Amino acid sequence: MSKINPDDIEVILATDCGSTTTKAILIEKIDGHYRQTYRGEAPTTVEEPAADVTVGVTNAVSEVAELAGRKLLDENDQILRPSNGKQGCDIYISTSSAGGGLQMLVAGVVREMTAASAKRAALGAGAIVMDTISSNDKRKPYEQIQRIRELRPDMILLSGGTDGGTVKHVVQLAELIAPAKPQPRFGDKYRMPIIYAGNIEAWEPVKETFDDDVELSQVENVRPQLDNENLGPARDEIHELFLEHVMAHAPGYDKLISWTDAPIMPTPGAVGNILQTIAERDGINAVGVDIGGATTDVFSVFDGVFNRTVSANLGMSYSISNVCAEATMPNILRWVHVDMQERELRNRVKNKMIRPTTIPQTLEALIFEQAVAREALRLAYIQHKEFATTLKGVQQQRTVGDLFTQDSGGQSIVNNMKLDLLVASGGVLSHAPRMHQTAAMLIDAFEPEGFTTLAKDSIFMMPHLGVLAQVHPQAALEVFERDCLIYLGTCVAIAGQPRPGRVAFRYKITGDISDEGEMIAGELKLLPLSGEQRATVEIEPARGLDCGAGKGKPVSREVRGGEVGLILDARGRELAVGGEKGADRQTVTQWVNAMHLYDD
Amino acid sequence: MAHAYTPGLKVSRQTKLHCRRLLPISGKVLVEVGDSVEAQDVVAEASIPGDIFPLNLASLLGVSAADLPGCMLKNKGERVEVGDELARSKGIFGFFKKSYFSRSAGVLESVSKITGQIILRGEPIPVQVRAYVPGKILEVKPEQGVVVESNVTFIQGIFGIGGEQYGKIHLACEKPEQPLTEDLIKPEMRGGVIIGGARMTHQAVEKAIAVGASAVVSGGIDDQDLKNILGYDLGVAITGTEKIGTTLIITEGFGDIGMARRTFELFQSRTGAPASVNGATQIRAGVMRPEIVIPTTDDSASEVFDDGAVEGFLEPGSSVRIIRDPYFGMIGQVANLPPEPTVLGSGSKARVLEVKLDDGRQLVVPRANVEIIAG
Repeated sequence: MSKINPDDIEVILATDCGSTTTKAILIEKIDGHYRQTYRGEAPTTVEEPAADVTVGVTNAVSEVAELAGRKLLDENDQILRPSNGKQGCDIYISTSSAGGGLQMLVAGVVREMTAASAKRAALGAGAIVMDTISSNDKRKPYEQIQRIRELRPDMILLSGGTDGGTVKHVVQLAELIAPAKPQPRFGDKYRMPIIYAGNIEAWEPVKETFDDDVELSQVENVRPQLDNENLGPARDEIHELFLEHVMAHAPGYDKLISWTDAPIMPTPGAVGNILQTIAERDGINAVGVDIGGATTDVFSVFDGVFNRTVSANLGMSYSISNVCAEATMPNILRWVHVDMQERELRNRVKNKMIRPTTIPQTLEALIFEQAVAREALRLAYIQHKEFATTLKGVQQQRTVGDLFTQDSGGQSIVNNMKLDLLVASGGVLSHAPRMHQTAAMLIDAFEPEGFTTLAKDSIFMMPHLGVLAQVHPQAALEVFERDCLIYLGTCVAIAGQPRPGRVAFRYKITGDISDEGEMIAGELKLLPLSGEQRATVEIEPARGLDCGAGKGKPVSREVRGGEVGLILDARGRELAVGGEKGADRQTVTQWVNAMHLYDD
Repeated sequence: MAHAYTPGLKVSRQTKLHCRRLLPISGKVLVEVGDSVEAQDVVAEASIPGDIFPLNLASLLGVSAADLPGCMLKNKGERVEVGDELARSKGIFGFFKKSYFSRSAGVLESVSKITGQIILRGEPIPVQVRAYVPGKILEVKPEQGVVVESNVTFIQGIFGIGGEQYGKIHLACEKPEQPLTEDLIKPEMRGGVIIGGARMTHQAVEKAIAVGASAVVSGGIDDQDLKNILGYDLGVAITGTEKIGTTLIITEGFGDIGMARRTFELFQSRTGAPASVNGATQIRAGVMRPEIVIPTTDDSASEVFDDGAVEGFLEPGSSVRIIRDPYFGMIGQVANLPPEPTVLGSGSKARVLEVKLDDGRQLVVPRANVEIIAG
């Protein structure tokens, strides 16, 4: 990989090799600013007959080249560098999730402490965590060994103990893993990489426990002290081993690695990277979601702390049946405002599962699919909130004011009232026929409180920008701001349960639009506010309800518009829909109409 | 673009199948290139390292972990039988000694002086791979397995439950549109592969299990029935390990849907023939569909393919099946492939095609919602 001076970079080519599609984008410096200009895609070619990822990359790049009128490949299909007039690019970068991405097993002594830290490190690096083994996971040792033997991870992260703490427990874990002889996914010759990130004093005995069947490496402890998490070194090592081992065994990746000007990153790791960069730059709290066919990834940055979760079996095609099984059909149908037959729907869900590439043709099918998406996103967000917590096991200093709270550490750091930006990506959100539907799915599933800006990733560019941020942060941020996000608008919602029939809040809007009025409990209103427009929204919540300044306290904030507009939400939090006490079909229909979801 | 790529399922009257039969770990191949094999012959075998029995012996003996090695009466690598004295504590001045007698048999694999834990490894677990189809060994992959070449009638299903089974083809339905009901399952179908027409009912599957059928194949199944049969709601389409007493394969999809006529007629023509079936389905990267393989004696097949690989091109005249509501299961010919995206009833814009049904109706459906079937 060559060393590049950022000032000399005029043209950037980036690809993301997904499981099914390889997407290429071109970024060019126009009038002093970086802009995403062209995109192309082609089927990913890691499987037979091509069995070489670079074939798909070349095809996607050819499409970009054709659209841009720029020669990007030479006669040997090598990417031309540096740029010269209408020829070549200055840097080429790539992410990858082909072949099922990076699959890991993590182990730690205490599930809520070192094992949780190890899991956060693995997820943050972009891995799918297949299982977490810990001394207190309620499984007997032989069951844990059996599980390790069944799984075929790409690598293992072993943690446990604080530095200078007890050695015994982490060695005990190593003693379970070593004889289980976990088999990697790729080939007989592949030695399983095991990263040790536990008590530094246990390293020697841990090393003695393993034989030459594994590739053992050591990094700094993920939890050197109980009140301190140190995930960076483990994440870096995961990325390195991902390149060295996993990628090197995937067809054609040795070639692709030699083509790129920066290390290839796992796709979700890159998405997390750009979200973190943006949150840091703007000093905001942000949540990003990517809902795919098989999995849903949720990323969050609250007060500078980054978390990522993967809900492995919540998705809209391969996993749609699992969403229905986990959420249950009544919970899905509560979002549907038209009559549907459950027996028929069950069959449709299974038919989508077995033929995952089909798309809804009728409005009824779309309404149902978006109802399923609400539940998939809701469940994924619940999992995320449960995972993204403050460190457990840390001694708390309490004051008299804390007497009646039983918090013992480990509370979720995800706070919807503090959430500033919610970004959507993934087929069902990105390709919804109307952006109003995307906004409604986000609000219903995530239940943002106070003032929250809603946006979607226009063409799922965040992975490309995540890896670009590593080599050229300025270009990544400029493109993110100008071309990546499509702003849907702002949601203003009160937290708490408004009393039925009563006023939930009063509002006054000034600026590019003017309006004022009252929102009755359960009401939802959409006001036009375009992308270029701004408005100041003053909210006066009813007693007991909160819009960001505290219960019953007025609050005022400048908001941005978007493709959908300004959404005032007086339905309360938590949203109560369906069941005996929740909103009924008639109320749901009113919301559908208020948001102009399916009308002309 | 004049035509679009779309995958379909393989249904072939006569084909040369190259069937890979591989061990999960390295082992021994028992046959050679050119050997003739029967479906149930073992072609390769391996031993998976035995189960592990971890034991915190230090705490059982009441000694410190560091003292444990000195108490061991068996060495690392030594064989241990049930009841063998494994270790004895030194006691106090030679008194109050404590012994531990093994409750498991195996080989002593490790003794930890840090945790006080020992590991006993049980007997190796044998794994055998059968030929699955009768034929000739075309290739031997040393230590891994073989490729068996066989002339067969090959039918892929869309979804299945349960693993590999063998049995003769029994036709239970007279027409592909006829549901497979309980009354059509007869005791003489024991050990056989029962072929139905349209939806297989819950009761029919229960009767098939009761008579001891190897497998049941039909056009569709109701998801509610599947839930009743399995006892749980199937979440992820990775199947093959279920143990419900038979293997189930549906050829078309979920709901009231008849088997494609060509598939049904193919089964009809092979009534009484021995078949190998596998319900294992995996609908993720590296897709795996269930299959019914019926060996033939005719070796004139010219078409050769590796199991699983199917592809086709959509063009005017192609026979297609619509695979999504509101026209799910309907079969027709591609009449037109308009290049421009069209707005669908859902409001989405997508590339579509026009399908002419046998009754003369012409429908517009998204290209993503059809699959090519053999004409």
